[in-house]
Amino acid sequence: MIAVYSLLLLSAAGIVFFALSGHKDNIGKFNTRINGISLLITVILAMTVFNQGTLLSSGKAFLIDSFNVYLIVLTAFVGFTTSLFSEPYMAHEIELGKLTQSRLKLYYSMYQGFMLAMYLVLTTNNMGIMWVAMEGATLATVLLVSLYRTPESIEAAWKYFILCGVGIAQALFGTILLYYAASQIGDSENALLWSVLHEHATELNPDILEIAFVFLLIGYGTKMGLVPLHNWLPDAHSEGPTPMSAVLSGLLLNDALYAVIRNKMLIDGATQNHIAGYLMMGFGLVSFLVAALFLHRQKDIKRLFSYSSIEHMGLMTFAFGIGGSLATFAGLLHMTVHSLVKSAIFVTVGHASQISGTQKMTGIRGLIKTQPKVGWGLLIGTLAIAGFPPFGVFTSEFLVLLATMHEYPWLTPFLLLGIGIAFAGLFRHVQPMVYGVKPEGKIAIKANLLPVMVHLGLALWLGLAIPHFLSDWFSQATLLISGSAL
Amino acid sequence: MNIESQDFYTQAILSMSALVGLTSFLMLGQGRLLRLIFVFALQGLLLTLTTGLCAYSLDNPHLYISAVLTFSLKVIFIPWMLQKQVLDMNMHRDVEALKNNTSVMLSGASLMVFSYYVLQPIIHTSSMIMLNALAVSLSVVLLGLLLMISHRQAVAHVVGFMSIENGLFFAAIVSTNGMPMVVELGVAFDVLVAAVLFGIFFLHIRTSIDSLDVDLMNKLHEVDK
Amino acid sequence: MNWLMAIIQTALFVALAPLLMGFLKFCKCLLQNRSAPSFLQPYRDLLKLTRKQPVISEDASWLFCVAPYLIFTAMILAASVVPFIAIDLPTSAEADVIVLVGFFAFARFFLALAGLDIGTAFGGMGSSREMTISSLAEPAMLMAVFTLTMTASTTNLSGAIEHVIQEGLILRPSFVFALFALILVAIAETGRIPVDNPSTHLELTMIHEAMILEYSGRHLALIEWASALKLMLYGVLISNIFFPWGMAESFTLSALGYGLLAIVSKLIVLCVFLALAETAVAKMRLFRVQEYLGFAYLLGVLGMLSHIILESTR
Repeated sequence: MIAVYSLLLLSAAGIVFFALSGHKDNIGKFNTRINGISLLITVILAMTVFNQGTLLSSGKAFLIDSFNVYLIVLTAFVGFTTSLFSEPYMAHEIELGKLTQSRLKLYYSMYQGFMLAMYLVLTTNNMGIMWVAMEGATLATVLLVSLYRTPESIEAAWKYFILCGVGIAQALFGTILLYYAASQIGDSENALLWSVLHEHATELNPDILEIAFVFLLIGYGTKMGLVPLHNWLPDAHSEGPTPMSAVLSGLLLNDALYAVIRNKMLIDGATQNHIAGYLMMGFGLVSFLVAALFLHRQKDIKRLFSYSSIEHMGLMTFAFGIGGSLATFAGLLHMTVHSLVKSAIFVTVGHASQISGTQKMTGIRGLIKTQPKVGWGLLIGTLAIAGFPPFGVFTSEFLVLLATMHEYPWLTPFLLLGIGIAFAGLFRHVQPMVYGVKPEGKIAIKANLLPVMVHLGLALWLGLAIPHFLSDWFSQATLLISGSAL
Repeated sequence: MNIESQDFYTQAILSMSALVGLTSFLMLGQGRLLRLIFVFALQGLLLTLTTGLCAYSLDNPHLYISAVLTFSLKVIFIPWMLQKQVLDMNMHRDVEALKNNTSVMLSGASLMVFSYYVLQPIIHTSSMIMLNALAVSLSVVLLGLLLMISHRQAVAHVVGFMSIENGLFFAAIVSTNGMPMVVELGVAFDVLVAAVLFGIFFLHIRTSIDSLDVDLMNKLHEVDK
Repeated sequence: MNWLMAIIQTALFVALAPLLMGFLKFCKCLLQNRSAPSFLQPYRDLLKLTRKQPVISEDASWLFCVAPYLIFTAMILAASVVPFIAIDLPTSAEADVIVLVGFFAFARFFLALAGLDIGTAFGGMGSSREMTISSLAEPAMLMAVFTLTMTASTTNLSGAIEHVIQEGLILRPSFVFALFALILVAIAETGRIPVDNPSTHLELTMIHEAMILEYSGRHLALIEWASALKLMLYGVLISNIFFPWGMAESFTLSALGYGLLAIVSKLIVLCVFLALAETAVAKMRLFRVQEYLGFAYLLGVLGMLSHIILESTR
């Protein structure tokens, strides 16, 4: 438990530190160091849980079990590698004149604030605090989306603020209904604690919980980018600085899905029918198909990959909605590899747009010739996210297809159609960017592509041969979520 | 379980909840920003009084703290901040001509009916008549959404957002006698930070498009034209 | 015996109506820092008008001469339906609130026709405005009254008032809304500020006055008395439905006396509020009246919804 407290305190200290001294030169490396120490702490935490099983803090405020521990490590890892990338990137942005040194103060302190909110979402046992932390994550990133202060970014940030704020207010209503249902069965002191609710799930009133889940799905689904609540996502992810897009796409969407699944576990225990699963499947499938179609019309590279995020989150929601051990395992694996690959893609996209000076795809050409590492990184990243074997995304999508064929065979054509359309859409846009004639006047920039290589390497490893402890973990989490082992 | 058979406090709380719903409707019809902020402050005041009444009749000291928190945030700080911004940016003379005022009001009434219909199964689970006010609280949330849809000024959007939070707070009071203190404090903190951020945003929007009319922010399209 | 009581009560109702107008004028003058005429001045005005010969246009038809009598009769019948001092009178036990609204509609119909009858432009304008306002106000009034009748499970006014008295002091959300809705409707229907200025001399701003512009002599006396009666009717309706305490439940002299005192004091309070509102608020432009009445209707709907959502049995 000390690990959890120190993790949260470190991020909080980071906020204060950067608020005071973020405008100084070379402050970015402190960001990297803080994130690196956080990563170490989370690894220690993971090993503790691995050895001791589920951890519950005294006072039951924090809960670390097999489901959220690997998400915590993943969050710390992606946060660390993104901060490695953001150091030279933000320095270059200042050189280009798009940012001032004082705005970096806001950037770094809100980066830490965002990490703190995400850790809190993942570690808390109290459903109300989970909500507070999700809203906190929105608030921390809102000003970052409009960091460049262009009219488009201000518009994107306003849309993000209003849509996510309103959406998450619905989730609060769902939480209140959940609390009401819980206080009906007795103990109103601990009524919002997930561990207590999970134990007594069968006693909760199913009518109340069904209505509560609708509100919760809509609320947290807005944060996740489920169609038709997704309108803020392409704007917010494309207008903010690239490290922000990487972190938002890779981590915040995962956290929202995590919140939905925690609630789904409660609803499944209370109502013995499958209503939560059907709702998730419906929204997930629609998001998947709609986003795949939208991929074709995009002209901005970051918007392209934001729609890819929506598509993958839809697929994950669909997988978790099916329930069952195979689909849940696939969903967990997909959460991990999507996080890794998407953040890697956004890193390369950031470099690509810096080289070409624009985010429009028609302005980016011949990346392989201009700076081979960036070009290859983008190409391999797109291959990975589109579901090409042997990367991890292929494995998880394959497992989802297997599960669908097993349980709902008539939905398999839709999935295949969506995967195919998305594949075509991505490559149609990426191929001219990566290949083609090298444009003149574009020079290679100083780029730290180590994060990209590490992420893609991990995705490859997870696709080929999941290491034993990780698959053990996933199995434990699958058992926890779906109630049946793989 | 009729209203006649309830004690005076329950009757008073139900009447207050009806008045809170009325303030939501009043906000829908306002074109002037200062009056809108005033009605919002009135809603916060009614909410504080309801919380105080609940605290007194149920003998729950936590609710007194919630009442004080709501009062300082929703009646004093946020209206003061919004009013200062409106006066600073000289927007108090703009009257937003609300088209289809009648249809907005009638859709507001139908939203109230809808929220009652949605929450019927929950209200039936308990014989506590105060739970009837849960339908009013959900309708306050939905009316806040309607307020955001029907108005074009960004300040009206913020007032709508805050009135959604009002409705949620009211739902918590009515159904569960307030959330646990730590969650209440967290939510209040979030609302405070959100209000401050909105204030900063007004400045940015004003600088970028020189007005706070949200319809003018339309540069981002789904596909480039 | 009861019928005699009913007749006496109606006669008292009709006789006291001009006194109400006198008192209202007194309050308004006090607020505007003028010296007021005596309370009995409306009686003197009515007497003066009765003695004069009515001047009737050559284009007038029989309707023009008959209408004032019809209007006055309808108002007297309406006055007999509304419980004034005592609750349980045969006239009010037989007719219910829908009949009351019907009487109002009857009077309004003939007034509008009389305004059109001569063929002047102002008369037609007044009639069309009056009909517009009443077509919006009537649903609002019905909605407000139905909220009351849903609580009491009867449309009979005396039955409803008895039910409310028996229940004791209960705070009902639906009554709060219905009260405000009925007040707004009353102001619109009786033609007070902010809907219509009864003492204006500018014909283009008139609504009620424009219809009766051509009347003189005893016809005008009857119509003026009828409008005073209408104001008193609404006042009595509001005070007796929502605050019925003090009404006589039996026919003993003390109960009747106490009931008379109660209703007179309630009417005085309402007059003071009306005078305050008329002095503080400016008259609305005509196209704003629909928003105003739409708001009154909304309040009525909210009252109904509050009753169903918040108060009714499971």
